[in-house]
Order: sequence, then structure tokens, then C-alpha cells
Amino acid sequence: MPLIDVAPGALDLPALTREVTGQRAGDGAVASFIGLVRDHNQGRRVSFLDYEAYQPLAVRALHRIVEEIRQAWPDTGVGVHHRTGRIEIGDASIIIVAVSPHRANAFAACRYMIERVKQIVPIWKHEHFEGGDVWLEGATADPDDESARQAAYRIACA
Amino acid sequence: MRVTVRLFARLRDLAGSGELIRDVEGPATVQSVWRGLVAEMPALGEYERTMSVAVNADYSRMSASVSDGDEVAFLPPVSGG
Repeated sequence: MPLIDVAPGALDLPALTREVTGQRAGDGAVASFIGLVRDHNQGRRVSFLDYEAYQPLAVRALHRIVEEIRQAWPDTGVGVHHRTGRIEIGDASIIIVAVSPHRANAFAACRYMIERVKQIVPIWKHEHFEGGDVWLEGATADPDDESARQAAYRIACA
Repeated sequence: MRVTVRLFARLRDLAGSGELIRDVEGPATVQSVWRGLVAEMPALGEYERTMSVAVNADYSRMSASVSDGDEVAFLPPVSGG
């Protein structure tokens, strides 16, 4: 199983956890994050989300974040899978696993990954709600924006 | 020369297609490809200040040069996670 993946199909947290822990045998801390499709957003009752990705660039951006994590927390390994296509309420859109000797870096790397995904990974939510649909737009992706990267780092270490 | 233009999310909806083949005058930049698209489809222009761009599936800049056969992508603000 790859540590980084952007693809349709259900996500498997236990399998990704085994993959990352298998590469960091002997470590004592695993932190994971699961993002689920919410049933409400900005006052709208959400029916489902349809995720679109620029797949090759999304994978490349995730590799970049993994490298940033390797530099910030050299003792920490991380895996991330992002699902694409239609995802129903309550189903997972993203899973992240971070493994480290101790909890602090595992939690920090996990949080950093999700913050950076929202900043620079070319994936979009098409929200279908009661009465219509809308493309959600968050951050202008700029991987070289150092202030954004530092903001993610500060949040991760808070 | 000929480039493949990729559009995503609402930009794709506005253009009616996620992949367009366009002939552009050389020497071309991402900026000149974008100007040609906006001339053709003015509605896209609202994204000029907020979008990101990529050449051959790697983040790039509007000033970057574009070669024959390149894939040039225009990306609205992202909302993954």
C-alpha cells in the first residue's frame, strides 16, 4: 500500500496504520486523523460531496508535504490517503497516520499534514445541498508561500 | 504550437470542459495562454487574482514559458480535506 494516494474508493485506516507503523517499528506513538463528510456547511443541509482532484499534482503536493514533515520532525513517518469522487455523509474523505517515538511529534505531524492539505493540494469539494450545488473554494494554492507554511507549523505545534 | 489546457472545479464548469486543445503563438507563457482563454471565455477572468497555475502537473507561475505539447492547468482556490 502506498503511503500517499489520491483515488476513488473507500479509505482503510487500519491498513494505512499498519503500513506506516510497519516502516517505523519500535516507535511508541501513532496519531491519526479522519476527515468525514459533514451533513451541514455554512447553514446548508449537505446531501453529499463530490471531490475533484488534479491527481498527479495532488500526489506531488502531498509528497512535498511529507518532505516538509521529514525536515520538521525527522523522527516521524506519515501516510495520507485522499478519496475522490462522490462521498456520502459520514464517509471518510481523508485519512492521515503519523508515527513517531513519542506523542508530541506524532500529533504535530498529523495536524500539519491536514493544515497543509487545505493550503496547497489541488483538490476541490463540489457540495451538493438541499436546493442546489456549489464549488467550495478555500486557499489560493502556493507551495512557496512561506508565511502559509509557517502558519500551518504554528497550528501543528500549538 | 499546441498546448493542452486543463481546467478544474468551477473553472471547468464555466468553460464547459476540463480539457481544451489550443494553438498559441510562440514564444508563449502561461500568461499568454490564459489571456487567450479569457478572450474566448470572459467569465473565466474573475479567477485571475485567486487561481494557481501548473505546467505539466507541477506548480508554476504566470510568467513561466510554455512549450509545444505542454499541459497548462488553471486551478481555483483549493478545498480538499
